[in-house]
Amino acid sequence: MTFFARALMGATALTLAASPALAEKLTIATVNNGDMIRMQKLTDDFTSANPDIELEWVTLEENVLRQRVTTDIATKGGQYDIMTIGTYEAPIWAKQGWLVALEGLGDDYDADDLLPAIRGGLTVDGKLYAAPFYGESSMVMYRKDLMEKAGLEMPDAPTWDQIKEAAAAMTDKDNEVYGICLRGKAGWGENMAFLSAMANSYGAKWFDMDWKPQFDGEAWKATLTDYLDLMNNYGPPGASSNGFNENLSLFQTGKCGMWIDATVAASFVTNADDSQVADQVGFALAPDKGLGKRGNWLWAWNLAIPAGSQKVDAAKKFIAWATSKDYLSLVAENEGWANVPPGTRTSLYENQAYLDAAPFAKMTLESINAADPQSPTVDEVPYVGVQFVAIPEFQGIGTAVGQQFSAALAGSITTEQALANAQNVTERTMKKAGYIK
Amino acid sequence: MARNVSNTRKALVTAVAWTIGILIFFPILWTILTSFKTEAEAIASPPSFLFFDWTVENYVEVNSRSNYPLHFMNSVIISIGSTLLGLLIAIPAAWSMAFVPAKRTKDILMWMLSTKMLPPVGVLIPIYLLFRDFGLLDTRIGLVVVLTLINLPIIVWMLYTYFKEIPGEILEAARMDGAGLWDEVVHVLTPMAIPGIASTLLLNVILSWNEAFWTLNLTAAKAAPLTAFIASYSSPEGLFYAKLSAASTLAIAPILILGWFSQKQLVRGLTFGAVK
Repeated sequence: MTFFARALMGATALTLAASPALAEKLTIATVNNGDMIRMQKLTDDFTSANPDIELEWVTLEENVLRQRVTTDIATKGGQYDIMTIGTYEAPIWAKQGWLVALEGLGDDYDADDLLPAIRGGLTVDGKLYAAPFYGESSMVMYRKDLMEKAGLEMPDAPTWDQIKEAAAAMTDKDNEVYGICLRGKAGWGENMAFLSAMANSYGAKWFDMDWKPQFDGEAWKATLTDYLDLMNNYGPPGASSNGFNENLSLFQTGKCGMWIDATVAASFVTNADDSQVADQVGFALAPDKGLGKRGNWLWAWNLAIPAGSQKVDAAKKFIAWATSKDYLSLVAENEGWANVPPGTRTSLYENQAYLDAAPFAKMTLESINAADPQSPTVDEVPYVGVQFVAIPEFQGIGTAVGQQFSAALAGSITTEQALANAQNVTERTMKKAGYIK
Repeated sequence: MARNVSNTRKALVTAVAWTIGILIFFPILWTILTSFKTEAEAIASPPSFLFFDWTVENYVEVNSRSNYPLHFMNSVIISIGSTLLGLLIAIPAAWSMAFVPAKRTKDILMWMLSTKMLPPVGVLIPIYLLFRDFGLLDTRIGLVVVLTLINLPIIVWMLYTYFKEIPGEILEAARMDGAGLWDEVVHVLTPMAIPGIASTLLLNVILSWNEAFWTLNLTAAKAAPLTAFIASYSSPEGLFYAKLSAASTLAIAPILILGWFSQKQLVRGLTFGAVK
């Protein structure tokens, strides 16, 4: 055997021996929230079962992530093997052919166990394009002690009139207690998430069946008038710059009688380590106006695979693990049932251990089930989405309209001006985009 | 009497200067203080300034969750690399514009500066596509190139201003003594412009260190600098202020220390030629 042949054999042996080091690396883009961070800590469970797959995380703030992954997927940049996307992006990107259909996630995946409302928003032409990691709706969180003091009782399914009555009764501005805290900060995912959902319950809608904007109708006028009335009379000062975190801070420090926001907030406001009112919080469904729709939204953070990915099989393996029933049990074992990512699987809400650990579980499930992204408003509409309209133009017009409504809350413009401006800006964009002539 | 007025005036000016200084520094101080609070204390109202339970748990959490050394090294390489590359291009460019001006030199300078007026997002897609095709996405070399190009107009302008202050006669004398172009630039011009070059270098390092549009949009995991490290601790839904403050403190600490030690040089360079 020549020296060259020996060297070749040696090199081959070394290459074979080194093959585990050539594991497939998945780059996962995700948002910074408690559930996602918890998943990163628990991935040893996945990598020990799949030693040929390595995981690399890119954690970003929600809006940065959205801009980043949208640029990448639209240009086929190929930076990520798995992306965390919302229920807004999933149907739009699936229709564009930008996502891989999530078929073949394994025999024990049990896709039928996914909550129908959440699954429906992620399915296009009968195929699931993103797997939900955690889901949320919105609901009323209220102070039981303040309600009792006011001599009122919060029904499980209140109306907007009852909310107004409770807000008035609980407000004590001298002691910095405000009857109601709502989002006022401008943005399609900020004040417009709340206001679009509220508008649905008032019978308002973004567009009619011909895609004509509807801000000049009576329903939107009633929505905005009541919102401004609530906030101006019973809300905290400077509410036009309040988003989720600002209201969370106000509620946790005992300054809000009620807060209508994401169901995920329930675990924060009932956590005695952070909340001064942890043992005084009650929950109710988002209010209605007696028209058959409640003012709650529906959102989920989901894992999806960009089309053109070279690592589809490995990515599917990871998604199947992260969104499985077994993963929920794994979180429960390590962090307790109260920290399990909520709002994705029916079986979780049939689990007594979870129901015992999470007092808000029942109301979260009912809120999620009360939202229907396929039929979000009282009247028939041409779009999908509860607190958003699943068209690419919505981010722009949602934020522009949100700025008008936030300005109305700040007192810079009147209700009528805000609605007229919203109508104009939406009509202009829809004309440019070719929806209307 | 005159002495008293002068002292009063001096005290007043000093007080105003200190007030402005404290006001400017306060957000940084507040960030540092918040980084030692718990999340509950970070959002407490009214906020506590110094009397809270000091904790380093946010730093422990941040270090366990993120690969700080990787992000730090990326920031160092990207900011120093882009600065050196920028100076390499800008020194000859500024020399030629200052000492051998052409008819359109002023126009070229204005045009270079005008590129800074374009919002970066306007060219995001073309740059992203170029990076994709050249395999530069999520690479340090890619960021060095893009940050060099972005800061080049400012470097050229600053150096041009400094070079213009140097009397051309000195260079002529060097030439008469037989100095070639290389000797003229390296041995005569550069030593005289050292304060200007140093302050340009420092300013460019700071600008590159803090750049948060391209560094966030063109990186993923491998080349992400400290701006991406900070961005990973912000969230619209959840309590994060204390951890975000800890991450921010870790990110700004190196550049803050650099700025502190080089402030004399920086101020001298920035005011170079300000009083004629």
